[in-house]
Formats: sequence, C-alpha cells, structure tokens
Amino acid sequence: MAKIYSNASPIKNNLKPKDETVSFLLNYSKALSVINYNKLKFEALLN
Amino acid sequence: MKKELIQDAELVSNYINGDEHALSILISRHKQKIYSFIYSKVYDRDITEDVFQDTFIKVIRTLKRGKYNEEGKFLPWVMRIAHNLVIDHFRKNNRMPKFDNAGEFSIFSVLSDSSLNAEKSMIKEQVESDVRRVIEELPEDQKQVLVMRMYQDMSFKEISERTGVSINTALGRMRYALINMRKVIEQNNIVLTN
Repeated sequence: MAKIYSNASPIKNNLKPKDETVSFLLNYSKALSVINYNKLKFEALLN
Repeated sequence: MKKELIQDAELVSNYINGDEHALSILISRHKQKIYSFIYSKVYDRDITEDVFQDTFIKVIRTLKRGKYNEEGKFLPWVMRIAHNLVIDHFRKNNRMPKFDNAGEFSIFSVLSDSSLNAEKSMIKEQVESDVRRVIEELPEDQKQVLVMRMYQDMSFKEISERTGVSINTALGRMRYALINMRKVIEQNNIVLTN
C-alpha cells in the first residue's frame, strides 16, 4: 500500500492571531494620536 | 456581507479620517493570510504573534502619520512590512528557521550517526585482536589460506596459484581453518560479538 506522507499538520488549521493580540492592536490604535505641530509630527499614547 | 463590499482602500481612508472600526475590519479580513505568511517563515507561534503585532503597530503608525499613499493595495503593503520584520527577526537572532520536530514524523528516526561510539570502537578492536590471536593458533597451511582469503581478499584461484596447491585443496584448508577456529573459540569461551 502506498504511504501518504502529506498528512496536514493539525497546527495549520488554526493559523490566526490570538484575540488578545488583535484587541491590543485596536486599543493601541485608539490610544495613539499623532499631533501635528508645524512640520513636526508627535506621537502620543493616551490611555 | 456589507463589510466585504467595502474596498480596502476605502477602509484605509476611513481609518485615516478617524474611523477606528475600519481598522478592525481590515485586521479581521487579512489576519489569517498575514499570520500564516509569518508562520510559514518562522515556524514558531510566539514569534509569529510578536511579528504580527509589530507589523500592525507599524501599519497603524504609518497610517496615523499620514505617510501611507494608496499606490498599490493594502494587503501587499502589509505583507511587505511583515516580510521585512521577519528578516529583521532572523538578522537579530542570526539563525535560520529551526526544524519543528512536533509532527508525527521525526527526521531523527531516519538520520543516524553511523560512526561507532568510544565504547563500541573499543569492543571492535578487542574482537579483532581476539580473532587474530585465534588465527595464530591454526596450523600454518590453514592460516596461510585464511589470511590470503579474508585479509588480502584474494580469490581461491589466486591462492592456489600462490601456494602451489589445487583450488580444492585451498578450499579444504579454508574449511578446516574455520572449523578449527570455531573449536578454539568454543573451548576457550571467547565472546566475539559487540
């Protein structure tokens, strides 16, 4: 009988970031504000 | 359904204009592709998570600073950022992706070190020297044939020519040499295995 060597790795079915990571990014985005002052850009993280 | 109809470019533009929800759509739309891409390079869940996070931090900062220009598409741009961060990761760690041995198939079951370890090579030397000592016990004519056959790798035709006897005689001497060696080994309880 031919052996099948191409079994899918179980880990591949669940390849997506953790919910915490996504939620961190969304919160980071909300907290980050860029302040323009003349030609300078300042980043401020507001919690 | 409505979400899918909004193009990436429009979502990006909405996000730049302050619509935070647009970012969450963009992330959920592309997270699997980007995450899989990173994982295919680093083969480690934790590192993938870190690189994914750093990628979007860079995306968010670039968009908020207004430095993003919609030349191409959003996804290839994010992929390029992820790719560069993966390169940075390997440069920092100065190593190549390691083989993940978590699967059913283990590469080490196929690869083996064929060279003998110290103990085995000592046993091998011991066995070989025992065999030589047993050969020394043989009558001269048998010893001569055995040495020519086994150590000098000569054919029985060559042996018969060299020793001046017929091939059958040479074969007979070889046979008796082996019988006598076995006898000596059994009598002296010599162990010749490793």
